[in-house]
Amino acid sequence: MGSKGLYACYKIDMSDDRELLKISNLKASIDGKEILKGIDLEIGSGEIHAIMGRNGSGKTTTANVIMGHPDFEVTEGGVLLDGEDLLEMEAWERARSGVFLSFQYPQAIPGLQVGNFLRKSVASIRGEDSAKGPGFRELLKESMESMNIPRSFLSRYVNDGFSGGEKKRFEILQLMLLKPKLAVLDETDSGLDIDGIRDVAIGLNSAIRGTNAGALIITHYSRILEHINPDFVHVLMDGRIVSTGGPELANKLEESGYEWLEGSGPDE
Amino acid sequence: MSKGDARDAVGDYKAGWNDPENSSIRFDFGLSEEVVREISKLKNEPNWMTEKRVKAFRHFEERPMPTWGNTPMLEEIDFDKICYYLRSSDSTKKDWGDVPEDIRNTFDRLGIPEAEQKWLSGVTAQYESEAVYHSIREDLEQQGVIFLDMDSGLREFPEIVKKWFCSVVPHTDNKFAALNTAVWSGGSFIYVPKGVKVEMPVQAYFRINAKNMGQFERTLIIADEGSSIHYVEGCTAPTYSANSLHSAVVELIALPGSHIRYSTIQNWSANVYNLVTKRGIAHENAKIEWVDGNIGSKLTMKYPAVILKGEGSHAEVISVAYSGKGQHQDAGAKIHHLASNTTSKILSKSISKNGGRGSYRGMVTVSPKAENCKLNVVCDALILDKNSQSDTYPTMEVSNPTARCEHEASVSKVGDEQLFYLMSRGHSEEESLAMIVNGFFEPFTRELPMEYAVELNQLMALEMEGSIG
Repeated sequence: MGSKGLYACYKIDMSDDRELLKISNLKASIDGKEILKGIDLEIGSGEIHAIMGRNGSGKTTTANVIMGHPDFEVTEGGVLLDGEDLLEMEAWERARSGVFLSFQYPQAIPGLQVGNFLRKSVASIRGEDSAKGPGFRELLKESMESMNIPRSFLSRYVNDGFSGGEKKRFEILQLMLLKPKLAVLDETDSGLDIDGIRDVAIGLNSAIRGTNAGALIITHYSRILEHINPDFVHVLMDGRIVSTGGPELANKLEESGYEWLEGSGPDE
Repeated sequence: MSKGDARDAVGDYKAGWNDPENSSIRFDFGLSEEVVREISKLKNEPNWMTEKRVKAFRHFEERPMPTWGNTPMLEEIDFDKICYYLRSSDSTKKDWGDVPEDIRNTFDRLGIPEAEQKWLSGVTAQYESEAVYHSIREDLEQQGVIFLDMDSGLREFPEIVKKWFCSVVPHTDNKFAALNTAVWSGGSFIYVPKGVKVEMPVQAYFRINAKNMGQFERTLIIADEGSSIHYVEGCTAPTYSANSLHSAVVELIALPGSHIRYSTIQNWSANVYNLVTKRGIAHENAKIEWVDGNIGSKLTMKYPAVILKGEGSHAEVISVAYSGKGQHQDAGAKIHHLASNTTSKILSKSISKNGGRGSYRGMVTVSPKAENCKLNVVCDALILDKNSQSDTYPTMEVSNPTARCEHEASVSKVGDEQLFYLMSRGHSEEESLAMIVNGFFEPFTRELPMEYAVELNQLMALEMEGSIG
């Protein structure tokens, strides 16, 4: 795909590997069932990592545990963002510390207008001053244009009656406005057409590449990775990372599936 | 009961404070025919009004309590412990600067001066029983619009009042309408002449300030042919330890081709009985809209009604109710289609929290002779915890087969995933809940003037504080 080279120029100097996110031996369960069985993952500033894996391997749980979903219990291990212990924080405190999650299934909030919601969210995460004045309006306008989101979107209700594609574009719009240190994208590409995937990739690249931020992309498919060109690809299987490589690992998974990795967990 | 009791602790209610009672005349508690006659005499009312009051009082005495709704709560009302008339300043003032200082302080804390901005056409603020402040912008006066407190209306325009008073809500309508007719004081009197369109909302504030002070305001609005008016009323009350009774009557007359919108936010403190009769008559091609928000009170029983008397007339009732701990909001709407080609719409939204109870009680009727009527009823309830309750009592009596009726009802709970989504955007759990709640009320809020919308949103955010276990 020709667009692959288009974004290569964003790729930053890998020598700047200041540690942004450090996940160590993370174990988490829901309703007493252990889903994550010891995850180790480090993301440096400016890096984009991808996690691939089959359904039920623990991908979405990883995203939810990083964000602080109250249903999951962390039984062991640690998650540090810029040296701060995320596990000590509520979800909203993590958001204010710089964690962003693009949801697989964004929730509808009937009656809450998009424009109002965006302003309030920017204010609570980046401060009141960032949510007003020409600076905010300009950023909003540019970000909406780059995501191909029309102005009329602002007066709709958050995710209420949105198509699948609109929901995902809206998640990335929030990413661009909230400017997190760490963006976690949970299957943002699923259900998107080619144009949608390209727009998401543009949004993500502009939010992460060339900044001190980092991203973790959770996906089933390598297609989005062709546009994003991740620095590392990890394979998650039964709650553990069983393989780590460069973008070529995604291509191999696409071609050969996951069978060749069966039984390759660190404990086996 | 000493006056000192009235300065009780402030409690957790947002607007929960009260000024020392500065009343020149005050009645003892309890009601009798003598008290009714005395009220009328003090106001120098014409004889017909005195007799109407007395007749209504007798009906009130004979009439049993309603046997439906929250009867146990109703039975707790002790009519002998209510003061029926209290005048807090000697005469009605028109200039803000002339209003006594302690009363102005009260209004300052309610934010009324800010409310009085250019877009407001006039302000009537009811302090205890009588309007103490009343201003009308000159352009309104020039258009011939009458906007007075009801007592002045009766004094200055007795013929108009006599013609319409009790024409929509007769004193025999219900026990509380009878009580109001017997002891009414204050309220607004508005007459809009033919063809005059009042562009800006006209506004009045009400509050109860004396302990055990019943508030029995009476409002009468007449929109002459082809005219239009938007009347806005907002209420807050201090917290008291004893029960207070608020029993108003509002009558609207929309003559052919006219349009009346009546918006209310009632924010009584959690010990107030709010038992109000609101009804309008819409003549040919006229339109009546009730926009009604019930936030506080111990028990509210209120069903804004429209009688669609003239062909092609239209009614809308948009209401929200919020019930917290120990509160019961029994609210809804009544619409009677008496003429052909009449249309109506009811949108009712209720939130119950912390053991509160919200009830929708609605009645829509279509008479046999009314052809091609359209009616639409939507009621949504949001329940915030498992201790709270919502119930629905919808009634439709359709006696003409050409009517088109739609009815939708929903009950929902705040989802954990919705909360998590908002929290992941930096909003605390309480803020997130407030965003969901305000979103739920949004179809109502957007009908309000901006200021009221902001006030309501802030109020709900306050209500959500401390609600997360």
